[in-house]
Amino acid sequence: MIVLNGDRVQLPEGASLLAALANIGIDEESRGVAVAVDGEVVPRTHWEAYTLHDGARVEALTAMQGG
Amino acid sequence: MMSTLEQAQALEREDDPLKIGGRTLRSRLISGTGGFASMELMAQALIASGSQIATVALRRIQAPKGGAGERGSLVDVLAQAGVEVLPNTAGCHTARDAVLTAKLAREAFGTDWVKLEVIGDQDTLMPDAPELLAAAEELVDEGFVVLPYTTDDPVLARRLQDVGCAAVMPLGAPIGSGMGIRNPYNLTLIREAVSVPVVLDAGIGTASDAAIAMELGCDAVMVASAISRAADPVKMARAMKDAVHAGRLARLAGRIPRRLHATASTPEEGLAEL
Repeated sequence: MIVLNGDRVQLPEGASLLAALANIGIDEESRGVAVAVDGEVVPRTHWEAYTLHDGARVEALTAMQGG
Repeated sequence: MMSTLEQAQALEREDDPLKIGGRTLRSRLISGTGGFASMELMAQALIASGSQIATVALRRIQAPKGGAGERGSLVDVLAQAGVEVLPNTAGCHTARDAVLTAKLAREAFGTDWVKLEVIGDQDTLMPDAPELLAAAEELVDEGFVVLPYTTDDPVLARRLQDVGCAAVMPLGAPIGSGMGIRNPYNLTLIREAVSVPVVLDAGIGTASDAAIAMELGCDAVMVASAISRAADPVKMARAMKDAVHAGRLARLAGRIPRRLHATASTPEEGLAEL
Protein backbone atom coordinates (compact mmCIF):
# COMPACT_ATOMS: atom_id res chain seq x y z
CA MET A 1 0.00 0.00 0.00
CA ILE A 2 1.22 3.49 -0.87
CA VAL A 3 -0.37 6.93 -0.60
CA LEU A 4 -0.71 8.67 -3.96
CA ASN A 5 -1.86 12.31 -3.78
CA GLY A 6 -3.55 11.54 -0.49
CA ASP A 7 -5.35 8.38 -1.68
CA ARG A 8 -4.37 4.86 -0.56
CA VAL A 9 -3.39 2.72 -3.52
CA GLN A 10 -2.70 -1.05 -3.46
CA LEU A 11 0.30 -2.04 -5.57
CA PRO A 12 2.15 -5.34 -6.03
CA GLU A 13 5.28 -5.62 -3.88
CA GLY A 14 8.30 -4.07 -5.54
CA ALA A 15 6.17 -1.89 -7.86
CA SER A 16 7.95 1.03 -9.49
CA LEU A 17 7.04 4.68 -9.17
CA LEU A 18 6.19 4.63 -12.87
CA ALA A 19 3.65 1.85 -12.25
CA ALA A 20 2.06 3.85 -9.43
CA LEU A 21 1.78 6.95 -11.61
CA ALA A 22 -0.14 4.95 -14.23
CA ASN A 23 -3.04 5.05 -11.74
CA ILE A 24 -3.47 8.76 -12.49
CA GLY A 25 -2.65 8.54 -16.18
CA ILE A 26 0.93 9.81 -15.92
CA ASP A 27 3.91 8.42 -17.79
CA GLU A 28 7.39 9.66 -18.65
CA GLU A 29 6.04 11.56 -21.66
CA SER A 30 3.59 13.64 -19.60
CA ARG A 31 4.49 17.33 -19.82
CA GLY A 32 4.57 19.78 -16.91
CA VAL A 33 4.52 17.10 -14.22
CA ALA A 34 6.76 16.62 -11.19
CA VAL A 35 6.80 13.92 -8.53
CA ALA A 36 8.06 13.75 -4.95
CA VAL A 37 8.32 10.61 -2.79
CA ASP A 38 8.49 11.13 0.97
CA GLY A 39 9.31 14.80 0.46
CA GLU A 40 12.11 14.35 -2.09
CA VAL A 41 11.87 15.18 -5.80
CA VAL A 42 12.29 12.14 -8.04
CA PRO A 43 13.33 13.14 -11.59
CA ARG A 44 11.27 11.52 -14.33
CA THR A 45 14.30 9.67 -15.65
CA HIS A 46 14.29 7.72 -12.34
CA TRP A 47 10.58 6.85 -12.21
CA GLU A 48 10.96 3.43 -13.84
CA ALA A 49 13.89 2.30 -11.67
CA TYR A 50 12.45 3.72 -8.43
CA THR A 51 10.99 0.94 -6.24
CA LEU A 52 8.30 2.11 -3.84
CA HIS A 53 8.41 0.87 -0.26
CA ASP A 54 5.27 0.05 1.69
CA GLY A 55 3.67 3.26 2.96
CA ALA A 56 5.54 5.56 0.54
CA ARG A 57 3.92 8.97 0.19
CA VAL A 58 3.83 10.00 -3.46
CA GLU A 59 2.88 13.52 -4.53
CA ALA A 60 2.37 14.03 -8.28
CA LEU A 61 1.86 17.66 -9.22
CA THR A 62 1.12 19.69 -12.32
CA ALA A 63 0.44 23.28 -13.37
CA MET A 64 -2.77 24.86 -12.16
CA GLN A 65 -4.05 28.35 -12.81
CA GLY A 66 -2.91 30.59 -9.97
CA GLY A 67 -1.77 34.06 -8.95
CA MET B 1 16.04 67.58 -37.30
CA MET B 2 13.75 64.91 -35.84
CA SER B 3 10.03 65.16 -36.32
CA THR B 4 7.84 65.25 -33.21
CA LEU B 5 6.85 61.64 -33.84
CA GLU B 6 10.48 60.55 -34.15
CA GLN B 7 11.27 62.36 -30.90
CA ALA B 8 8.45 60.50 -29.15
CA GLN B 9 9.70 57.17 -30.48
CA ALA B 10 13.26 58.01 -29.39
CA LEU B 11 11.97 58.77 -25.89
CA GLU B 12 10.48 55.30 -25.62
CA ARG B 13 13.74 53.73 -26.76
CA GLU B 14 15.63 55.64 -24.06
CA ASP B 15 14.00 53.44 -21.43
CA ASP B 16 16.35 50.66 -20.36
CA PRO B 17 14.61 47.30 -20.64
CA LEU B 18 13.79 45.45 -17.43
CA LYS B 19 16.47 42.95 -16.41
CA ILE B 20 15.84 40.25 -13.82
CA GLY B 21 18.29 37.48 -13.01
CA GLY B 22 20.46 38.36 -15.99
CA ARG B 23 17.54 38.19 -18.43
CA THR B 24 16.03 41.06 -20.37
CA LEU B 25 12.24 41.20 -20.32
CA ARG B 26 10.23 43.08 -22.94
CA SER B 27 7.18 43.62 -20.72
CA ARG B 28 6.96 45.29 -17.32
CA LEU B 29 3.64 43.61 -16.61
CA ILE B 30 3.59 40.11 -15.12
CA SER B 31 0.21 38.38 -15.18
CA GLY B 32 -1.37 35.75 -12.99
CA THR B 33 -3.31 32.85 -14.49
CA GLY B 34 -5.82 32.26 -11.67
CA GLY B 35 -9.45 33.32 -11.51
CA PHE B 36 -10.35 33.30 -15.21
CA ALA B 37 -13.72 31.89 -16.23
CA SER B 38 -12.06 29.80 -18.94
CA MET B 39 -8.65 28.91 -20.28
CA GLU B 40 -9.50 30.61 -23.59
CA LEU B 41 -10.33 33.87 -21.84
CA MET B 42 -7.07 33.59 -19.92
CA ALA B 43 -5.11 33.21 -23.16
CA GLN B 44 -6.83 36.21 -24.76
CA ALA B 45 -6.21 38.36 -21.69
CA LEU B 46 -2.55 37.32 -21.50
CA ILE B 47 -2.04 38.27 -25.13
CA ALA B 48 -3.82 41.62 -24.58
CA SER B 49 -1.64 42.31 -21.53
CA GLY B 50 1.55 41.92 -23.54
CA SER B 51 3.00 39.97 -20.61
CA GLN B 52 6.08 37.91 -21.32
CA ILE B 53 5.73 35.82 -18.18
CA ALA B 54 2.77 34.54 -16.19
CA THR B 55 2.61 32.79 -12.83
CA VAL B 56 1.27 29.28 -12.38
CA ALA B 57 0.73 27.18 -9.26
CA LEU B 58 1.50 23.51 -8.64
CA ARG B 59 -1.31 21.26 -7.47
CA ARG B 60 -2.03 17.55 -7.23
CA ILE B 61 -2.92 15.79 -10.47
CA GLN B 62 -6.55 14.75 -10.32
CA ALA B 63 -7.80 11.29 -11.35
CA PRO B 64 -7.67 10.76 -15.15
CA LYS B 65 -10.24 12.58 -17.27
CA GLY B 66 -8.95 12.90 -20.79
CA GLY B 67 -5.39 11.63 -20.67
CA ALA B 68 -2.14 13.39 -19.96
CA GLY B 69 -2.62 15.80 -22.85
CA GLU B 70 -5.58 17.48 -21.21
CA ARG B 71 -3.80 17.88 -17.89
CA GLY B 72 -0.84 19.47 -19.62
CA SER B 73 -3.12 21.94 -21.34
CA LEU B 74 -2.36 24.97 -19.15
CA VAL B 75 1.32 24.73 -20.06
CA ASP B 76 0.36 24.22 -23.71
CA VAL B 77 -2.04 27.18 -23.75
CA LEU B 78 0.62 29.43 -22.23
CA ALA B 79 3.16 28.26 -24.79
CA GLN B 80 0.72 28.96 -27.62
CA ALA B 81 0.11 32.47 -26.24
CA GLY B 82 3.87 33.05 -26.27
CA VAL B 83 3.96 33.40 -22.48
CA GLU B 84 6.67 31.90 -20.27
CA VAL B 85 5.82 30.12 -17.05
CA LEU B 86 6.83 31.62 -13.69
CA PRO B 87 6.01 28.96 -11.09
CA ASN B 88 4.87 30.17 -7.69
CA THR B 89 4.78 28.49 -4.31
CA ALA B 90 1.24 29.66 -3.54
CA GLY B 91 -0.32 27.85 -0.63
CA CYS B 92 2.95 27.09 1.14
CA HIS B 93 3.13 28.08 4.81
CA THR B 94 6.64 26.92 5.70
CA ALA B 95 10.10 27.36 4.21
CA ARG B 96 10.35 23.57 3.86
CA ASP B 97 7.17 23.30 1.78
CA ALA B 98 8.10 26.29 -0.36
CA VAL B 99 11.59 24.95 -1.09
CA LEU B 100 10.24 21.52 -2.06
CA THR B 101 7.53 23.11 -4.22
CA ALA B 102 10.14 25.23 -6.01
CA LYS B 103 12.22 22.11 -6.70
CA LEU B 104 9.15 20.32 -8.04
CA ALA B 105 8.38 23.33 -10.25
CA ARG B 106 11.92 23.24 -11.62
CA GLU B 107 11.42 19.57 -12.46
CA ALA B 108 7.96 20.15 -14.00
CA PHE B 109 8.69 23.26 -16.06
CA GLY B 110 12.44 23.25 -16.54
CA THR B 111 12.89 26.75 -15.11
CA ASP B 112 15.09 27.98 -12.26
CA TRP B 113 12.80 30.96 -11.72
CA VAL B 114 10.38 30.92 -8.82
CA LYS B 115 7.95 33.41 -7.40
CA LEU B 116 8.44 32.58 -3.74
CA GLU B 117 5.35 32.81 -1.55
CA VAL B 118 5.36 31.71 2.08
CA ILE B 119 2.03 32.63 3.59
CA GLY B 120 1.79 33.37 7.29
CA ASP B 121 -1.87 34.04 7.82
CA GLN B 122 -4.98 32.71 6.11
CA ASP B 123 -7.07 35.88 6.59
CA THR B 124 -4.60 38.38 5.18
CA LEU B 125 -2.44 35.99 3.10
CA MET B 126 0.48 38.13 4.19
CA PRO B 127 4.00 36.68 4.01
CA ASP B 128 5.63 34.93 6.96
CA ALA B 129 8.82 36.98 7.06
CA PRO B 130 11.22 34.59 8.89
CA GLU B 131 10.10 31.58 6.82
CA LEU B 132 10.26 33.65 3.62
CA LEU B 133 13.82 34.77 4.29
CA ALA B 134 14.94 31.23 5.19
CA ALA B 135 13.36 29.78 2.03
CA ALA B 136 14.84 32.53 -0.14
CA GLU B 137 18.34 31.90 1.18
CA GLU B 138 18.09 28.15 0.63
CA LEU B 139 16.70 28.50 -2.89
CA VAL B 140 19.37 31.00 -3.90
CA ASP B 141 21.97 28.50 -2.65
CA GLU B 142 20.28 25.84 -4.81
CA GLY B 143 20.72 28.04 -7.88
CA PHE B 144 17.21 29.44 -8.20
CA VAL B 145 16.33 32.90 -9.49
CA VAL B 146 14.14 33.92 -6.56
CA LEU B 147 11.40 36.57 -6.76
CA PRO B 148 9.90 36.75 -3.26
CA TYR B 149 6.42 38.03 -2.51
CA THR B 150 7.06 40.24 0.50
CA THR B 151 5.47 42.85 2.72
CA ASP B 152 6.02 46.56 2.03
CA ASP B 153 8.78 46.58 4.67
CA PRO B 154 12.00 48.15 3.30
CA VAL B 155 14.17 46.35 5.86
CA LEU B 156 12.86 42.93 4.87
CA ALA B 157 13.22 43.85 1.20
CA ARG B 158 16.89 44.65 1.77
CA ARG B 159 17.43 41.41 3.70
CA LEU B 160 15.91 39.50 0.78
CA GLN B 161 18.24 41.29 -1.61
CA ASP B 162 21.19 40.54 0.69
CA VAL B 163 20.56 36.77 0.56
CA GLY B 164 20.61 36.97 -3.23
CA CYS B 165 17.04 37.41 -4.45
CA ALA B 166 16.88 38.58 -8.08
CA ALA B 167 14.00 40.98 -7.37
CA VAL B 168 11.58 41.82 -4.58
CA MET B 169 7.79 41.74 -4.92
CA PRO B 170 6.22 43.90 -2.21
CA LEU B 171 2.48 43.93 -1.78
CA GLY B 172 0.43 47.08 -2.33
CA ALA B 173 -2.49 45.62 -0.36
CA PRO B 174 -3.62 42.08 0.54
CA ILE B 175 -3.86 39.56 -2.31
CA GLY B 176 -7.12 39.87 -4.22
CA SER B 177 -8.29 42.85 -2.16
CA GLY B 178 -8.15 45.34 -5.03
CA MET B 179 -7.35 48.03 -2.47
CA GLY B 180 -4.53 49.57 -4.49
CA ILE B 181 -1.33 50.83 -2.95
CA ARG B 182 -2.06 51.43 0.72
CA ASN B 183 1.36 52.71 1.68
CA PRO B 184 3.06 54.51 -1.20
CA TYR B 185 5.71 55.93 1.14
CA ASN B 186 6.93 52.43 1.99
CA LEU B 187 7.22 51.59 -1.70
CA THR B 188 9.33 54.71 -2.14
CA LEU B 189 11.50 53.55 0.78
CA ILE B 190 11.85 50.07 -0.76
CA ARG B 191 12.86 51.67 -4.06
CA GLU B 192 15.62 53.48 -2.17
CA ALA B 193 16.59 50.46 -0.06
CA VAL B 194 17.31 47.94 -2.84
CA SER B 195 19.03 47.96 -6.20
CA VAL B 196 17.34 44.79 -7.53
CA PRO B 197 14.10 45.26 -9.50
CA VAL B 198 11.00 46.04 -7.45
CA VAL B 199 7.87 44.33 -8.77
CA LEU B 200 4.64 45.52 -7.16
CA ASP B 201 2.66 42.42 -6.29
CA ALA B 202 -0.86 42.12 -4.92
CA GLY B 203 -3.49 44.73 -4.25
CA ILE B 204 -3.91 46.21 -7.73
CA GLY B 205 -7.59 46.92 -8.33
CA THR B 206 -7.64 48.89 -11.54
CA ALA B 207 -5.35 50.48 -14.10
CA SER B 208 -4.58 53.66 -12.15
CA ASP B 209 -3.13 51.56 -9.30
CA ALA B 210 -0.64 50.02 -11.73
CA ALA B 211 0.30 53.46 -13.06
CA ILE B 212 0.88 54.73 -9.50
CA ALA B 213 3.14 51.77 -8.74
CA MET B 214 5.27 52.58 -11.76
CA GLU B 215 5.29 56.31 -10.94
CA LEU B 216 6.59 55.44 -7.47
CA GLY B 217 9.58 53.77 -9.11
CA CYS B 218 8.56 50.13 -9.29
CA ASP B 219 10.24 48.36 -12.21
CA ALA B 220 7.27 46.15 -12.99
CA VAL B 221 3.80 45.24 -11.78
CA MET B 222 2.22 41.85 -11.17
CA VAL B 223 -1.54 41.67 -11.76
CA ALA B 224 -3.78 38.66 -11.23
CA SER B 225 -7.32 39.10 -9.88
CA ALA B 226 -7.70 42.68 -11.14
CA ILE B 227 -7.59 41.28 -14.68
CA SER B 228 -9.05 37.80 -14.31
CA ARG B 229 -12.03 38.88 -12.18
CA ALA B 230 -12.79 42.10 -14.07
CA ALA B 231 -16.11 42.17 -15.92
CA ASP B 232 -14.12 42.21 -19.19
CA PRO B 233 -10.71 40.65 -18.47
CA VAL B 234 -9.34 41.20 -21.98
CA LYS B 235 -10.16 44.91 -21.91
CA MET B 236 -8.71 45.26 -18.40
CA ALA B 237 -5.54 43.45 -19.49
CA ARG B 238 -5.09 46.02 -22.24
CA ALA B 239 -5.78 48.84 -19.76
CA MET B 240 -3.11 47.44 -17.41
CA LYS B 241 -0.61 47.27 -20.26
CA ASP B 242 -1.21 50.92 -21.10
CA ALA B 243 -1.19 51.96 -17.42
CA VAL B 244 2.17 50.28 -16.76
CA HIS B 245 3.58 51.97 -19.85
CA ALA B 246 2.15 55.37 -18.91
CA GLY B 247 3.37 55.08 -15.33
CA ARG B 248 6.86 54.12 -16.46
CA LEU B 249 7.06 57.08 -18.86
CA ALA B 250 5.78 59.43 -16.16
CA ARG B 251 8.45 58.14 -13.75
CA LEU B 252 11.15 58.74 -16.36
CA ALA B 253 9.68 62.14 -17.23
CA GLY B 254 9.83 63.36 -13.63
CA ARG B 255 6.65 64.75 -12.14
CA ILE B 256 6.23 68.32 -10.93
CA PRO B 257 6.34 68.87 -7.17
CA ARG B 258 3.06 69.05 -5.28
CA ARG B 259 2.20 72.59 -4.12
CA LEU B 260 -0.55 73.85 -1.87
CA HIS B 261 -1.17 76.98 -3.90
CA ALA B 262 -1.71 77.62 -7.58
CA THR B 263 1.16 78.43 -9.89
CA ALA B 264 -0.02 80.11 -13.07
CA SER B 265 1.13 78.48 -16.26
CA THR B 266 0.29 81.60 -18.26
CA PRO B 267 2.62 84.61 -17.81
CA GLU B 268 1.21 87.76 -16.19
CA GLU B 269 3.38 89.96 -18.38
CA GLY B 270 1.56 91.68 -21.23
CA LEU B 271 -1.83 91.30 -19.61
CA ALA B 272 -4.25 93.92 -20.97
CA GLU B 273 -5.49 96.64 -18.61
CA LEU B 274 -9.19 96.57 -19.29
